[in-house]
Amino acid sequence: MAAIRFLGLVLVLVTADLAAQQPDTERGRQVYERWCAACHAVDGAGEGPAAGYMLPRPRDFTRGIYQIRTTPGGDIPTDDDIMRMINEGMPGTTMPGWQDQLSRADRQAVLEYIKSFYPPFETMAAPEPIDFGRAPRVSDDRLEEGRIFYDSIECWQCHGDTGRGYGSSAPELEDDWGYPIRAVDLTKNWKFNGGGSVEEIYRRLRTGMDGTPMPSFSDLLDADFMTEDQLWSLAHYVRSLAPDRPPRVREVIRADRVEPGEVPTTVADERWDEVESFYIPLVAQIIVLPRWFDPSVDAVWVQALHDGNEIALRVTWHDRSESPHPNWMQWQERVLEVMEPREGDLDPAPRPDRLAVQFPRSIPSGMERPYFLMGTSDNPVYLWQWSSTDDAEPAQARGMTEIEPLGGSIASDARWEAGRWQVVLTRSLEPEDTSNRLTFERGTAIPIAFYVWDGDNGEEGTRGAISSWYFIYLLEDAPISTYVTPLMAFFLTGGLGLVVVARAQKRERALETASEGPDPTTPTGRNP
Amino acid sequence: MRYSDAVTRALLPFALLGLIVACGGDAPETEADDAEVEMPFDVATAGHLQGMVLFEGDPPPPEVLDMSSEPDCAAQWDDQPMRDLVQVSDGHLENVFIYVKEGLDGMDFPRARDTPVMDQVGCRYTPTVIGLMPGQEITFRNSDGLLHNINSSPTVNRGFNISQPVNMDTQRSFASPEVMIPVRCDVHGWMRAYIGVVPHPYHGVTGSGGSFDLRDLPPGEYVIEAWHSQLGTQEQTVTIATGETAEVSFTFTSEMLGTAVVPLGEPIYPHRHHAPHSAPATR
Repeated sequence: MAAIRFLGLVLVLVTADLAAQQPDTERGRQVYERWCAACHAVDGAGEGPAAGYMLPRPRDFTRGIYQIRTTPGGDIPTDDDIMRMINEGMPGTTMPGWQDQLSRADRQAVLEYIKSFYPPFETMAAPEPIDFGRAPRVSDDRLEEGRIFYDSIECWQCHGDTGRGYGSSAPELEDDWGYPIRAVDLTKNWKFNGGGSVEEIYRRLRTGMDGTPMPSFSDLLDADFMTEDQLWSLAHYVRSLAPDRPPRVREVIRADRVEPGEVPTTVADERWDEVESFYIPLVAQIIVLPRWFDPSVDAVWVQALHDGNEIALRVTWHDRSESPHPNWMQWQERVLEVMEPREGDLDPAPRPDRLAVQFPRSIPSGMERPYFLMGTSDNPVYLWQWSSTDDAEPAQARGMTEIEPLGGSIASDARWEAGRWQVVLTRSLEPEDTSNRLTFERGTAIPIAFYVWDGDNGEEGTRGAISSWYFIYLLEDAPISTYVTPLMAFFLTGGLGLVVVARAQKRERALETASEGPDPTTPTGRNP
Repeated sequence: MRYSDAVTRALLPFALLGLIVACGGDAPETEADDAEVEMPFDVATAGHLQGMVLFEGDPPPPEVLDMSSEPDCAAQWDDQPMRDLVQVSDGHLENVFIYVKEGLDGMDFPRARDTPVMDQVGCRYTPTVIGLMPGQEITFRNSDGLLHNINSSPTVNRGFNISQPVNMDTQRSFASPEVMIPVRCDVHGWMRAYIGVVPHPYHGVTGSGGSFDLRDLPPGEYVIEAWHSQLGTQEQTVTIATGETAEVSFTFTSEMLGTAVVPLGEPIYPHRHHAPHSAPATR
């Protein structure tokens, strides 16, 4: 009996051991085909049914080329490298993280299955991660040194002088599969697909990003052109191009009140520097046909001021070109050629950049707002339309394809510089003609939404980037009173309280005198 | 150099795998990386092959390159910078890669000891086509002193993407045979080059006279392939006899432009059926 039990135990142990040693390819296949194949394809070549809607395209696993590695350029990644991408996903792309979605065993199984698409994983020597060392502390000197290398090794050729991804080589970049690929906007590190920390930036500089135009800079260390320490300085500099923290999304854009006549109406007016910016993320318009899955603009920053008579908005967004730009025509050709779905006019053409700011025609009383995609036939919206080739004008829309100008114009000033558009739009709070045009009231939340089109990315009409409804809130009074009022209220109520207390104490003392010898412990005299 | 060796070592098993395929399942030689291999035949019995590559019809006009973003490069050109994707002089076609495609199976040749140089001058590759043997090093040289990157995208081999922002040399090698490996500069989209890796020394690239010369071949029957980046490939069978020089000529025509299938490993651009890495002509 004991012997049988022992044999059984041995059998269990041996089976468990075998199971641990052999990758569970069947399980990996099942997980892969259920969760991964829609994008990466059943055969692993990255051309799944959904792939055409994505740029950058899903990874082709059959060539063993991985962007985010700890190994030298051209090498296969380590298992940890692949697992990190499975767990955390790739920001700035359509690849989500699976850590909370799949069990550890499933993730391990799918990792092995993914590797099986590139047989040399089995025969090649295990890749050795680079020893990256530790990040040195950042300092002004270091950032200055980093900037010098940013210039001398010509990062700006692709990423541009300000890092916004608009360098002279940017329009013609392609990946190893021939697809158009954008030079990353270095000022948005939360969108870096390999992570935005200085350590992660340094790794990308050392390993390169295989399959993309981003080379490895390790050879520059071997050639004694620069030291590891100097490369760290560059990493710090690149990190410094982005804010410390990703911008926070807030529902309400605040329009402070300034003195009459003090509303800045030009882009370059320095008074804008003091005005708070509100970050509004944009997404692809994929509801109304023709849809567009690859908008190049992912957010706008909005600043707003009014003086009781006029309101001005300064809208800022990153855009790699001042469309229509001849150098970017080939980018447009290539993007329109590869993107699904094949809807609408996909012929490349000189298209301007556009901005539309959307409001309801009048401030809704309740939470009811027009349909966020430019309204409907029975509940239209009021638009400010700006284009890089035309004056800004007011319009009314009954849906994205039913836009009619209302006549007249909206005062505007615009500038494209170093990968960024800034547009100031100004209008009186009360329109001359109140039919179909919004009257801006103070002290109430007014719905507002934004649309941006990048012409050189083939965007126009329904092909563009959109936001949902946000609010803009015009403060009643000049900003100084914003701070004075609560203070006054504080002192007023505080003072009144003191008066009340003093009176009560006085009355108590009078009572005490009248009643003679009260219990001294009675709490009546205490201030509650 | 240290790094290249490391890469080579890392790729060695893959190279052996490639050999297994190339040798039709024969057991791979397990010699060390740098071990001396003798010529696998008596060179006294060798013959030679000479040939010519001709072009019929009108070659496409040279493409004008916009180098305004790189004035230092533009300054190195006498006139307007241009690129001839199909370079023809007196009906002779240049930049054709010629190699023995079949007939040497099972023969193990010593690795060539020279290190060819692919230079970057005036924002163009010089030369634009180079042949190598597996493991043989190539030097990428930046004579321009401005940023180039050398981005190779092989299908069989492991690729690399080197940054060269200054005057410098960088060595690399490929472990396995592959015809052809595209090389591009992402900074200057017009810069394209091609590297052919074949497991023997019988390869060459046609120069200005369109001629080539493969010396000291073992006697036998061979399939010779001629590869051009825009015009595709052609094959011919030749017989080499001891002490004799066989002759062969290839003719490409202008009609092949735009329709030719240009092998670059496997097809890697599913939406486009012509040569993916030579497309700038249409841009």
